[in-house]
Amino acid sequence: MNFGTLDLNTTWFLLVGVLFTGYVILDGFDLGVGVIHLFAVKKDEDRRVFLNAIGPVWDGNEVWLVTGGGALFAAFPMVYATVFSGFYLAFMALLCALIFRAVAIEFRSKHPSPRWRACWDVGFAAGSTGSALLIGVAMGNIAWGVPLDAEGEFAGTFLGMLHPYALAMGVTTVALFAMHGTIYLVLKTEGELQERVRRWVNPLIIAFILCYTIVTLATLLYIPHITEAFRREPWFFGIVVLVVLAIANIPREVSRGKEFFAFLSSCAAMAGLMAIFGVGSYPNLVFSNPFPEHSLTAFNAASSQKTLGIMLTMAILGVPVVLAYTASIYWIFRGKVKLDKTSY
Amino acid sequence: MDVLLLSRLQFALTISFHYLFPPLSIGLGLLLVINESMWLWTKKPLYHQMARFWTKVFALTFALGVATGIVMEFEFGTNWATYSRYVGDVFGSALAAEGIFAFFLESGFLAILLFGWDKVGPRLHFFATCMVAFGAHFSAVWIIVANSWMQTPAGYHIVGEGLKARAEITDFWAMVFNPSSMDRLSHTLMGCWQAGAWLMVSVGAWYLLKKRHRDFGLASVKLGLAVAAGSALLSLATGHKSAAGVAQHQPAKLAAFEGQFETTAQAPLYLFGWVDEKNEKTHGLAIPGMLSWLIGGDTQTVVKGLNDPAVLPDGRPPVNFTFQLYHFMVAVGFALIGLAAWAGWALWRGKLETSPLLLGALTLSVLGPQIANQAGWWAAEVGRQPWIVYRLLKTSEGLSKVVSANHVVASMVMFGVVYLLLFAVFVFLLNEKIKHGPDEADLQPTGKLALGFGGGKTKANSEQ
Repeated sequence: MNFGTLDLNTTWFLLVGVLFTGYVILDGFDLGVGVIHLFAVKKDEDRRVFLNAIGPVWDGNEVWLVTGGGALFAAFPMVYATVFSGFYLAFMALLCALIFRAVAIEFRSKHPSPRWRACWDVGFAAGSTGSALLIGVAMGNIAWGVPLDAEGEFAGTFLGMLHPYALAMGVTTVALFAMHGTIYLVLKTEGELQERVRRWVNPLIIAFILCYTIVTLATLLYIPHITEAFRREPWFFGIVVLVVLAIANIPREVSRGKEFFAFLSSCAAMAGLMAIFGVGSYPNLVFSNPFPEHSLTAFNAASSQKTLGIMLTMAILGVPVVLAYTASIYWIFRGKVKLDKTSY
Repeated sequence: MDVLLLSRLQFALTISFHYLFPPLSIGLGLLLVINESMWLWTKKPLYHQMARFWTKVFALTFALGVATGIVMEFEFGTNWATYSRYVGDVFGSALAAEGIFAFFLESGFLAILLFGWDKVGPRLHFFATCMVAFGAHFSAVWIIVANSWMQTPAGYHIVGEGLKARAEITDFWAMVFNPSSMDRLSHTLMGCWQAGAWLMVSVGAWYLLKKRHRDFGLASVKLGLAVAAGSALLSLATGHKSAAGVAQHQPAKLAAFEGQFETTAQAPLYLFGWVDEKNEKTHGLAIPGMLSWLIGGDTQTVVKGLNDPAVLPDGRPPVNFTFQLYHFMVAVGFALIGLAAWAGWALWRGKLETSPLLLGALTLSVLGPQIANQAGWWAAEVGRQPWIVYRLLKTSEGLSKVVSANHVVASMVMFGVVYLLLFAVFVFLLNEKIKHGPDEADLQPTGKLALGFGGGKTKANSEQ
């Protein structure tokens, strides 16, 4: 099957990017709710509102990670194999965090004892924060580059992955998700609780911008292959401007009481950040540092053209349907959270 | 211990634990569809109450299934990187299809199934239930296609040599409909239906035994038993077809199932036994010629043994282990058919509630399909050894080169602790739900569900 002039490898680079962008935007807000869960509210009922704000959707959001992983496996098996085996301990920790979090959401409210609930609250918050941090650290390593040998196998160590740039990226991701989740909560809460949540928005935006500035400076100074991409195609810089504008728009919409637009701005900012990441990396999927010639790219790490074509057919058939019913489900569960007997 | 053994143990641990839950979701998914359609059809409030109760149990199994399922998707890459590079083109696309077509459907509509009772009308809710059940079944389709391709590869060619060799798709539909996929899918789904159905029977029987929630318990036993009996019989039929396929495509595996060393006509079928692998002898009670007859419809059909020159190059799985797992699965399958017949007969004669022995057996029946499902999958996977992809890639060659034994020990300890905790919490919560029982208030549909149901005025329930 021929899909025009855009070659299949680049198309799949984009599609995998779209899936992971969908993941960080969607699971980003529910992980973010977990990050502020322990700090923003103390009352049991308020915490239940937090959990039920993400209750009907977090499961579907996590599927974006599963599908993104599946798409990576199918389209770029070398990348999937190298990254997942190379980041072994980090990914095991991520799994542990995600499982704890899932189970905490599910089980917290199933038993009335305050101690039971306090335990699962910690599990939910730690799992969410840990997941966000590890996702950020993994992305930081992909941006920085990881040591690969001539076979494309990871040649580094777990501790070697915890360098300052990756950690800074981890902290930035936590701040970003916390900001995003808080804006989502403003959208889903009302009255006194909403006031309380609203007060967290601006400090988190400031925290994120501080982290983001540091990471950007570090990127400009230390990661030439990313800045190079922007120097080649100066119009890419427009994305950076859009991200800044989208973030600046958030406090404006919040103060006007247009929470939905604030949330959309936050989503747009995250999509922009992922686009910057993608543009800066292309065609590399895993940049090899120190030997750039060992890098895994959209071309040397891909499946056959036939398989990429089959998968594109699947994506064209499946993704519009997925988007349609995901949107309808968000529509059905729109509005403020009301606790009832089916709630968590 | 070496990294191969550790990685295999870890995979066995995580997949076996995961596989406790999807069969329950698939089976209960089907039962929820039947249950809710009965409610829409008859408008009997009891069916509404059942739908609400069983949805809660479904939610519990689903949550555990998702949490433990993400692990599986990561593990191909973390522990079996060489395998992932080798099969990514083929196996990866089936896995991606599972994500795009099945997981989104399941988890998306689950929101309406669980939280939408008061937000949507009965028809839309029923549609959501159907979509969740369909998604659960569809996800089984893709993962079994992927696994069956590892048993009987088809529709591919090998590109590159040595370390660079990998399988690429040449014919997508030949890959999907590879020689074993439909046999194994049908047999697996029957096992899943039984897992859900016997759980329903078990809880219902327990209420009858304890003389609580009589109407609810009896209705659950009846609905569960109907599906359990049907799928138990179909398990037998699909299992037979599957075994015949194994004889044709994986003779070494069938020979291990049956402890058959020499190629022979009139091959016997062991009811139970013990394989002496050292002396290549199988001891036990056997029906002469029965295996030949089952496979070829004639006692003169030649069945290949492990020492057959055509089978030898395939290597040999652990024979006695595979034999015992396989026979255990078959025995449990027959026991469940017997139990279904006994319960059906007692129900027909109106003697079900007066037989504590039968009710006790039915209460324990939930363990049957779980044990048989696990034993069956172990037999299928161990019987494929030493291959990870049959006749293409050895299990020992599929490992991640950069992962050391210490890494795997660390992750295994982590999984061991986390899964023990998960299991304890699951059992605790399931027990709480069952002890709490169905909600009396659910006899009165609320919100939009009550529309068109005459205000939901129902006769008072006398139980409890």
